Amino acid sequence: MNSLLPSIVSRSQSSGIMNFFVPIISIVLTLITGSIIFVLLGFDPVYALYTFFISPISSTYGISELFVKATPLALIAIGLSYCFKNNIYNIGAEGQLTMGAIFGGGIGILFHDTNAFWLLPLMIFAGAIGGALWGLIPAILKTKFNTNEILTSLMLVYVALFILDYLVVGPWKDPFGYSFPKSRPFSESGRMPILFDGLRVHFGLIITLFLIFVSWFIFSKTILGFQLKVSGYSPKAAKYAGFNQTTLVFFAFAICGAFAGIAGLAEVSGPIGLLYRDISPNYGFTAIIVAFLGRLHPIGIIFASLVIALTYLGAEDAQLFLQIPSAVGFIFQGLVLFYLLGAELLINYKLTYKKLL
Amino acid sequence: MSDTILNIENITKSFPRVIANKKVTFDIKKNAVHAILGENGAGKSTLVKILYGLLEPDEGNIKLNNKNFKVNSPAEARKQGIGMVFQHFSLFDSLSVKENLILGIDEKMSYSDLENKLENISSRYNLPLNLDAPITALSAGEKQRVEIVRILLQDPQILIMDEPTSVLTPQEVESLFVTLNALVKESRTILYITHKLEEVISICDTVTIMRNGEIIDTSSTSNQTAKTLATKMLGQKLDDLKTNYGQIKDEVNFEVKNISCDFNDPFLTDLKNISFQVRVGEIYGIAGVAGNGQSELMDILTGENINIKSGSITFDNKKIEKYGPQKRRDLSISFVPENRLGHSAVPELSLSENILLSQFPKNNFIKNGIILKNNVDDFANNVINEYKVITPGNDAKASSLSGGNLQKYVIGREISSKPKILIISHPTWGIDAGAEHSIRESLIELSQNGTSIIVISQDLDELIEITHKISVIYDGNLSKPFNTSEVEIEKLGLLMGGKNE
Repeated sequence: MNSLLPSIVSRSQSSGIMNFFVPIISIVLTLITGSIIFVLLGFDPVYALYTFFISPISSTYGISELFVKATPLALIAIGLSYCFKNNIYNIGAEGQLTMGAIFGGGIGILFHDTNAFWLLPLMIFAGAIGGALWGLIPAILKTKFNTNEILTSLMLVYVALFILDYLVVGPWKDPFGYSFPKSRPFSESGRMPILFDGLRVHFGLIITLFLIFVSWFIFSKTILGFQLKVSGYSPKAAKYAGFNQTTLVFFAFAICGAFAGIAGLAEVSGPIGLLYRDISPNYGFTAIIVAFLGRLHPIGIIFASLVIALTYLGAEDAQLFLQIPSAVGFIFQGLVLFYLLGAELLINYKLTYKKLL
Repeated sequence: MSDTILNIENITKSFPRVIANKKVTFDIKKNAVHAILGENGAGKSTLVKILYGLLEPDEGNIKLNNKNFKVNSPAEARKQGIGMVFQHFSLFDSLSVKENLILGIDEKMSYSDLENKLENISSRYNLPLNLDAPITALSAGEKQRVEIVRILLQDPQILIMDEPTSVLTPQEVESLFVTLNALVKESRTILYITHKLEEVISICDTVTIMRNGEIIDTSSTSNQTAKTLATKMLGQKLDDLKTNYGQIKDEVNFEVKNISCDFNDPFLTDLKNISFQVRVGEIYGIAGVAGNGQSELMDILTGENINIKSGSITFDNKKIEKYGPQKRRDLSISFVPENRLGHSAVPELSLSENILLSQFPKNNFIKNGIILKNNVDDFANNVINEYKVITPGNDAKASSLSGGNLQKYVIGREISSKPKILIISHPTWGIDAGAEHSIRESLIELSQNGTSIIVISQDLDELIEITHKISVIYDGNLSKPFNTSEVEIEKLGLLMGGKNE
């Protein structure tokens, strides 16, 4: 007779092929679970899944929107992988994104009536600085006082959001905005150039692809990437090798903050064009899922960002055509993460039923 | 058959990549100390784990007192009369001896019963214990006593001892042997797992020799010598190693002076005024029982810890006590800490990548921050060939290598750069005798070419075999050095136990 409750036992070897298939299996399982949820809600699952995952990208405009959403997700996720590879759990990218938007957007507001070629680069630079500075706060707290970066980076998200809130209802409020909580619009040269006429996909996509390429190079070819990897796998070995771990923590947080900051600036100077309260539909948090779904690998992150961006678009279409609340999109994101973590566990561990005598 | 307590018949156990036990068959006689002798990786541990219910055999039978014996957990094994004392103690450091003993009992027992039983066991088997002492305050030998008493409370017929002497001083070993003899007199049987030949001859009645998962021989120890046992255990003859005092130059190139370090941590040993000198071409050994400040001293020698209270380290006339590991490597100092997995090597990375953990100025592995992969791969291949590391290639993960192979690789990496001094901790800990011999050989060869070597080791036999000088570390104090060729083992044993006449 076997006992009812299985116990979790470590596998002696984890399968390399399964490692590769984990993201795919998670997505398939998510779709199956999603269909069951649709059936329970009384919808034809095939039609619902079509509305959710196919119809949003069946037009050129839809595909452009997919890239608009995927751009910040991919950029933040690649930044996060600097931290996660180093075993630093920075979950405050949303705050770093907000700070980037505030710094870069602040420049945009200051020069709202200037049209010059240097404006956008300056805003991007300021966005990177803002995000990086916000990211360095948990880095300092971690290295000087040994605080847990999960807590501090998360709490700083809310601080950043309140600062943005204060600015758009207070000092930075648009004097011609009928008291709406928003800033002046940026000048034309403070906006991200549109890549194709009539579509919203913007220059931020090019910046993202470039930074993903640079990150791939750093991760796979440089001693810096090697140091991040070693100190993630084994801090003692990093110490033995003489790698400066404090520097690595600062570096990872600064890069991640800068990337999130650029993503934030790209949002406000791209599709939005000004500062207001809700500049990000949780891109900073969702990018955590993207980073893990993409196995912290640059190519993986590109695909993962497209998949997760689709859940945003699908949720909007589902709300429109099926009258399902758009929060269903978050359910899908949650399911992906759930299955991802579950599959990850089963790769390294197996369930066994102990024999009872 | 009446004098046989345990029959092991055709036990086979295979793991994904190795067969750990191949048709293992032998009998164990009652009232005897039965040794299982073999190198690390010979399959001894697998066999005893099967006996103790930690592993299930693929095939085969075990009979205890002529009855089929099959257990699925250590608790069941204990109920059937088999107890085991592990090499690594499983005691709660922050609790007292008494509390640890209470936690180890499977059945209910009243407190007064327990005390009576304890007193009985302590006096009968030469196992004195201070019940109220916290475990942290005990020496390794005393901790082992707690483990033995804990098992004896369950009154086992068979007691399995896994490498019991590996952490003991020579004096503690003597006292353990008295206990074992008393146990056997009371009609208990001891299954004694070891790779130390002298112990087999001095304490055991019968010996089963294992090699590569198979039984080579089971015979009485009375007609065996250390030599005959070694040949059977290794399957080959090993040359004797020789140290030569003539190679030492009269020039001190590494000097530690009055190093003190306080940690304010109950789990670390403070270092107290440690001084020693190493000359060019000399192998300097630091002996001692584990936990007397070795790893703390190692961290200071490597530069992983530069927060010392006082003292200095001088190398080639430079003060280096404030230098980190990389700065010391730049001066041609190399080091190999005790732990391979996760300290001197990263198990998840390939052998090639592991080269990059330790870079010396002349290596040419990096240009403008970019890794020159060809140079690194060449270096890795060189180490693999030169030091006969068994591996499919330089892209194999470090975790896929056996302990001995990985250690050969790590040491090869360090000495390929021809350092002026090598600081190495427990060079042959947990590896098989073949690799052990080749590592000791390469250390001696390195010193002949003018490299100074500092060896920290618990293995006194190893230090005596390869060093020129030995000092002993006890509770953070380092004794004066002795010439290895002249010092008496008893003297070192006393120092290891903290007795300095």
